[in-house]
Order: sequence, then structure tokens, then C-alpha cells
Amino acid sequence: MSQETRSPQARPREAGTAPRHRRAHTLRTPVGVTALTGCLLVALVAVLGPVLLGTRAARIDTDAINQASSAAHLLGTDNLGRDIAARVVVATRLTLELTLLATAIGTVGGLLLGVAPAVLGRRAGRLITATVGVLVAFPGLLFLLFLATVFGVGSTGAVWAVGLAMVPPTARLVQNLTASVAGADYVAAARILGVGRCRLVVRHLLPNIAEPSVLYATQAAGGILVAFSGLSFLGLGVQPPQYDWGRLLNEQLNRIYVNPVAALAPGLAVVLTGLMFGLVGEALAQAGGRRAPRPRPAAPRRAVTPAREAAADTVPDAADGSLVQVRDLRVTFPGGRHAVRGISLGIGAGEAVGLVGESGSGKSLSALALADLVPHPGRTGARTLRFDGHDLRADPRLGTSLAMVFQDPMAALNPALRVGRQLAEVAEVHLGATRAQAAARAADRLGAVRIPAPERRARQRPHEYSGGMRQRAVIAMGLMGQPKLIIADEPTTALDVAVQQQVLDLLAEVRADSGAALLLISHDLAVVAQVCERVLVMYAGLIVEDLPVTELARGAAHPYTRALVGAVPTMTTDPGTPLATIPGRPPEPGEDGGGCSFAPRCDRARERCHAAAPELAGFGTGRRVACWYPVGTTAGASAVTTSPEGETAS
Amino acid sequence: MAAAAPRPLRLLRAAVRSPWCGFALRRTWRLVVSLAALVTAAFAMIHLIPGDPVRAALGTTADPALVAARRHALGLDQPLLHQYGDFVGHLLQGRLGDSIGAQMPVSQIIATRLPATLEIAVPAFWLILLLAIPVGMTAAVLTKDGRRRRGELAFTTVTGVLGAVPEFLLAVGLVAAFAVALPVFPVASQSGPASYVLPVLALTVVPAATLSRIVRVETLRVLGEDYMRTARAKRLPARLRYLRHALPNLLTSSLTLGGLLFSSLLAGTVLVEHVFAWPGLGTTIVQAITEKDYPLVQGVVLVYGTAALLITFAVDVAVAVADPQSTVRGS
Repeated sequence: MSQETRSPQARPREAGTAPRHRRAHTLRTPVGVTALTGCLLVALVAVLGPVLLGTRAARIDTDAINQASSAAHLLGTDNLGRDIAARVVVATRLTLELTLLATAIGTVGGLLLGVAPAVLGRRAGRLITATVGVLVAFPGLLFLLFLATVFGVGSTGAVWAVGLAMVPPTARLVQNLTASVAGADYVAAARILGVGRCRLVVRHLLPNIAEPSVLYATQAAGGILVAFSGLSFLGLGVQPPQYDWGRLLNEQLNRIYVNPVAALAPGLAVVLTGLMFGLVGEALAQAGGRRAPRPRPAAPRRAVTPAREAAADTVPDAADGSLVQVRDLRVTFPGGRHAVRGISLGIGAGEAVGLVGESGSGKSLSALALADLVPHPGRTGARTLRFDGHDLRADPRLGTSLAMVFQDPMAALNPALRVGRQLAEVAEVHLGATRAQAAARAADRLGAVRIPAPERRARQRPHEYSGGMRQRAVIAMGLMGQPKLIIADEPTTALDVAVQQQVLDLLAEVRADSGAALLLISHDLAVVAQVCERVLVMYAGLIVEDLPVTELARGAAHPYTRALVGAVPTMTTDPGTPLATIPGRPPEPGEDGGGCSFAPRCDRARERCHAAAPELAGFGTGRRVACWYPVGTTAGASAVTTSPEGETAS
Repeated sequence: MAAAAPRPLRLLRAAVRSPWCGFALRRTWRLVVSLAALVTAAFAMIHLIPGDPVRAALGTTADPALVAARRHALGLDQPLLHQYGDFVGHLLQGRLGDSIGAQMPVSQIIATRLPATLEIAVPAFWLILLLAIPVGMTAAVLTKDGRRRRGELAFTTVTGVLGAVPEFLLAVGLVAAFAVALPVFPVASQSGPASYVLPVLALTVVPAATLSRIVRVETLRVLGEDYMRTARAKRLPARLRYLRHALPNLLTSSLTLGGLLFSSLLAGTVLVEHVFAWPGLGTTIVQAITEKDYPLVQGVVLVYGTAALLITFAVDVAVAVADPQSTVRGS
């Protein structure tokens, strides 16, 4: 933002420090070194070649006509007995001269034509833009041949033809660049101040587009070299007795059967010089900071070993009849970032559990870890990870018993496939249904989530669905099998309020019909309170409280849960009171002081809270809390030795 | 008012308002304008040539009576607008005038030469797609999420260098390698099936390398999309995830970016034909330019230009059909 509003005069001053450093740095990179060496080498050959080898290249030797390569003639001789190696070296100068000349014509023409729309009136500008648009639609070589016809065969004609052929693409680029610069605030300011058009171009537009233009011209020079060589190769460019690389290739092609090196050498010269131009462009781009240097490879992925070693205790949990059992679930990222720091939870069959917390608390990653969908390079580890009696790590094929509903229904469906197809494939892959059966079931399921005219809708693609309908379709996708657990990750966040309620009602209905359990991830306490029976509160990668939803409004024991609840305005809140917020910010993953992670933001925190982290421990019946000094009193406050009750009352 | 309108009219209005119609109108309009520009440029070419094109074509020693007669035959003694009208009129009847050198109708020359060009351009087109898409996708799958950094570097280096080599130099290299050093294929000219191999390869390798790079980047983009996570959540086998869910999505964007490759493929035939002395349109236009046979150049330029515009149009339409969303958004 500051970039848009600052004046252009601020640019040169800044350009003094960082870019100069960057330029010096670029010169030391392999690309910079290679580009510079190549440049010097080619320049040296171009300058010295004709001086040193000029006579040798021109000497006609009738005794040595059409010889193959030998010690005397490295690449053999041509039909007049002239040394081909010397001719390739000597041709460097003319080839480069013509290339640079054509590049200059193309760049100047492109700049003039590209800036013109900004200078001329609107109508003329449009005409130029449209003309360039039409010209760009034709292949470059065709335009080149057209111009070569007009300018006639020969060096001069070819320079103009090649140069002018470069004008439309350059003009297109410059137009795009000027359009972006012309929209900037300082140009608008200059315009309002009444700065003349030409002055505007010279003072404001050209300096700002100079760098990318030069970059483009360098890279285009490689293309020009090839185009010019092609033209000469076709016999339309340089004419004898002059010769460039293309002309040499043209002369030697007929003898490729006898002396292939003679034809390959000028070709190789063109390729290498073309690559050099490309490298110079690359180096300039790096120096200008247009392309960030390749980032260092991430730290070795296996460095962080998740706590997996204690896999022995899977036995005791199996007896527990619950659907999902998770103990010490961790999600780690390279560099020791722990997004989920060891959470334990259980979900009973048919139970609806809400998982709440601020963004970044790890709730979505916990859900993805359950479904084995943690994005790369994150790694999941757990002491116990069981779903429906199977160890998820040993047998991760969740098949159709787990359904996922994602946050953004706009992105969750494949835009290229019909909705029906995306549903049907679940049945085809997992239930062994035929195509027709699967399609019928897909339509049936779409009807079950109350999508009107499901047969017709199944043949449509996602973009023809509204946001709410897409979320329904995603839910229907989960209903293709017999889901035992539905994981819904912020299913209503991306939807507008009216549609939110419909989707929530649908989830409740689906649960009633199928008997599936629900894990609802949300930052919206109202949504969770409405749908769920039990709430898990996450903070900084840990579960800090586990309580029945009925207790959420009044009986929360963890200060963080209390703060979350307090931050939700209710209908009875006086509209005049400011919205309650939680002071401070949640800790970054990996920022772990050893104490309770909420302590820095907690107004009840004492010394102990900063020194040691409380474990999630039982607190009353069916409740757990991770706090040294939970709010309120309960008989079985096991984790608490000194009851903080006195303080709460006052 | 609208309610009172007769039913067909209402349907028409609805159709005009639909994004598809807007798209079709825009693209067709662009095609028509470009074609008009092409025809005008082809017409203007002969007038842009400095000096007298007929004199240039016949040589400075030509009989003035002959020059005048030829000029009359080409219609160059008519007023400019009249000539233009005639040119367009004849074009609509499929008449492109007579070649100065060969004394034959240009359309006839093109009809005999065009098949040879298509016989190498069309297989090259399919080969590019058949090579670039699987190679690019495989490279993306193998190197996703920063895996196999060395393999990634090798892929980008090889395709980068191949993509930077001009087609005609590659053609010369191929001849030197597979016709001279290892005499497997004929050096030049159109004969048996073996003579097609090198020209088609020369046309294929460079665009295929460039396109496979594009496909790789597009595949990496698609693999990071939410709907690919949905496909993973559905526990679909890898084959279905890549072929059914990723391929259509990366195809549309790759084709949009690669569309230009196909029109330049057509132009690339000019140089490749020259290397292999292939009796196609490319050698015809080069010969015509050298011999200053302007009507013939006009005709071939029209054929190439029209073909390039039609290819671009076809790619646009194909992308629109495959990805209706981009059409609705308007482009």
C-alpha cells in the first residue's frame, strides 16, 4: 500500500542501497557469472574475429574445394575452398550487428506504439490497442515473411522485417506495463496537477517501465537472433558475398551428407548465443529482483519424529465402545512447528461434538488429521487413532464410513465434472455399483439433501449451483455410503446467514436419519450450541476444555472458554456496550514458554500458570478442563489443590 | 413490454443475454475483424512494395509491353478501391489470381502443396499433445510438494534447453544424427513413411518441451486445489484422482497458454520444410518470395494466416466448452 501512495521521487533514493547490493550479489551467482562470461566471449569474438581471421575466411583455395574436416581446416572447406571454421568465427560480427540493430528497431517501435495509447486521445489509443491485438494474433514468422516480401530480399530488408515483426509483441507488453503504471496514484496525482502528456510519459511512465522493458528486449534479442538466422537460412536474409550464421547454414545444408559438422557449427553458434541472451535476461531479472532466487529446500522432513513410539497401549481403548478414540494426536510441520500439540478426544456413536477455538488454534488440522488429509509437509502422529474399531494408521481406508464437509463449497467441488458424476464415483469405487446404479443413487442422494429436480441438477456442473446448494451437494456426497462420522469443517462460514440455517438444519436431519456422529468445527459458538451436544475448546494446539453444550453459556470453567462466550453478543446485550474482546493474541505455533499458553492473556493467571502447563483433567461429571484455577466451584476439582473460589466471588 | 412480446422474440432475448451468446459473439467478431485485417494486409502487400512490383518480378530488362500486359492482368492499373473490391470479390469465389512465375492459378498451386504440409503438421500436433500432457503430469506428480528436487531440476533443464533450440536447427541436428551419422531415415524429400519421421519429430520436440513445462506447472496448481482434497477425502484411487479430477482442469488452462504454440507450429513448418526439401506450402512461399511471385505469396500468406486464426478460435472454443466457468466470467 505504501508503494502505491509514495511519490516516484522516492524510488531512486531507495534504488541506491538494496538493488546495488542485489546486483553485486547476482554477478556472483552461477547464472550471473555464466552470463557475464558468455557476453564477454561473444563480444571478443565479434571484435577480434574479422581482424584475425578475416583474410583466412575470404581466401579462395581452388585446390581444397569441399574438403571434410582436417587438421588444416577444422570444419572443412566450402565450394570455393574457404575455411568454414574461420567463416563461422568471422560471421559473429555481422550476425550480432544485425541482431542488435533489429532489436533496437523492435524495442523503439514497441515503446512508441506501446506508450502511444497513454499519450494520444482515447479514440486513437483504442485504435492502436486494437491493431496491436490483431497483429499479435498472427504467428511471428508469418508476419516476418510478409514483411520480408515487402522489404525485399537482402540484409537491409531483413533487419527491418525482423525488427518490425518484434514490434507488436513488444507494444503489447509495454501497453500492459503502462496501463498498470498509469493506474498508480502518483500518475493520477500528476494528471490532476495538470502535467502535460509528454512530460507525464517522460517523467513518470518511461522510468517506471524501463526496467521490465530492457529485460524483455534482452530476452527478445535471443528470439531475434534465431529469427534472423532463419531468414538468412531460407535465403531471404543476408545475401552473398556477405554471410552470417544463417547464410552459412544455408550454404552447408546441401553438403550435410558429406560434411555434417560444417552445417552443425553455425547452428550451434546460433543456439549458444541465443541461450546467452536468455541467461543475460535471467541475470538482469534477478538483479532487478523480479524473480526471487530459488528458496532453500525446507528442513529435512524426517527431522521431527512424532510421538509414535508408544503404540503399545491400543488394547485398553478397544474395549471402550466409542466410535472415535484419539490419544495424544499431534500435527507437526518442518522446523518444529507443532500445530496440534497432543490432543485426546473420544466421540461416541451418534454423538454431536463441536470443536471451537480461534483461527490458528489447530482445530481444522485436528479434523484433517482424523481424516488422514493433513496437507504436505505436515505430519500426523498419535498414540491412539482409532475409528470404528480400526487403527487408522494401519488401515487408513476410511471408505464410505467417514464423510467430510469442507469450509468453502465454492472450491470443494471439481469445476470440470458434473455434480452427479462426482457423487456417483464414490459408489462406483467403494460400493462396487455399476455406472447406472451409481448415477441413480447420486440423484437420490441429491434429492435427500433437498436439491430440487435432482436428476437434472446431477447433470449440471458446480458453477450452476448456488453456494448453499454446493454445500448440500458436498453433504450428499458424504451420504453416498453409510457414514458413521461426519466431519464438518466450518461448513457454514462461507455461506450467507439465511443459507447457514438451512445447512445446519440439513446436518441435523441427516444425523437423525443416518445415526451418524458429527464433529463440527466452528469458531461460531452459536452454531455449535445449536447443533452439538458436547463442546471441545481448543487453544494454541491443545484442548483446554471439554464440556456439555448446556454448560457453555453459564458454566464454563476455563477462563478462555468464558472469554469466548463473553465475546458473543446476545439479543439481550445492550447495543450501546462495546463488543467484548480477548486482549492479546494467541501464541504462534512453536512459541511455547513452558507454562499455560493462555496465561499471558488471562486476567486470573498467577505464578504457577506461567511456570507449568496444566493437563486436561476431569472436572465434575463428563467434563474436563486444563486450568490450574478454573472458574466456579465443583466438588471433584481434582486438578486444583487450592480452590480459587474466593477470588472469583470478589 | 417484454411480457407482451411474442414467444420467439422473448427466447431470442434470453439467448442474447446468456453468457454463451455473449462469448460466441465476442469471439466471432474478433475472428471476423482479424480475417478482414488479414485480407486487407494481403491486398496491401503488393502496394507496399517499393517501386513497381511487376517490373521487379519480371526483371529490369523485361519488355515494357509485357510489363504493361501483366500489370493489366493483375488489375494494378485500376483505381485502388476498385482493385480492393475485385480482390475481395474474387477471394469469396475462391480465386486468388495467377502466379507470375508458374502461370498457374494460385489456388491450384496451393491445392497441390497444402496436403504435404498438413501431412506433417497434423501428426506433429497430436504427437505434441500425446507427449507433453503425460510427461508434464508425471513430472508434476513426481515432484509435487518439493519432492525430488534433483529430478525437478533435470526436468526443467532438459525441457528448457530443448524449448530454446530453434526448430530448424533441431531439424538440421536430427538430420546429422539420424540420417547421416546413423543412416536410419532419409535425409530429405517426401517418399515412404520413413521420410515423415524426422520432419514430424523436428516439429514436435520444441513445442512438446515447452508445453510439458506448462502442463507441469498447471498440474501442480491443480493438485493444490480444494477439490483435489475432496477427491482424497473420497478415498479415490490415484488413477481416478489424476485422470478424472486433475486432467480436465489442467487441460483447459494448459491449452489456453499453449494455444499460441499450435499456431506457431504451422509457421514452423516453413523452416522445417526447407530443411527437408518437403514439397509443402512452406517451400512454396520461400520460393515465391525469392522469385518475387507476389500473387503466390499473397495466396500462401492468406492460407497460413487463416489457419492460424482458426486454430486460435478453435482452442478458445474448446477451452470454453471444457470450462464453462471461464466463459461465464467473460474473457
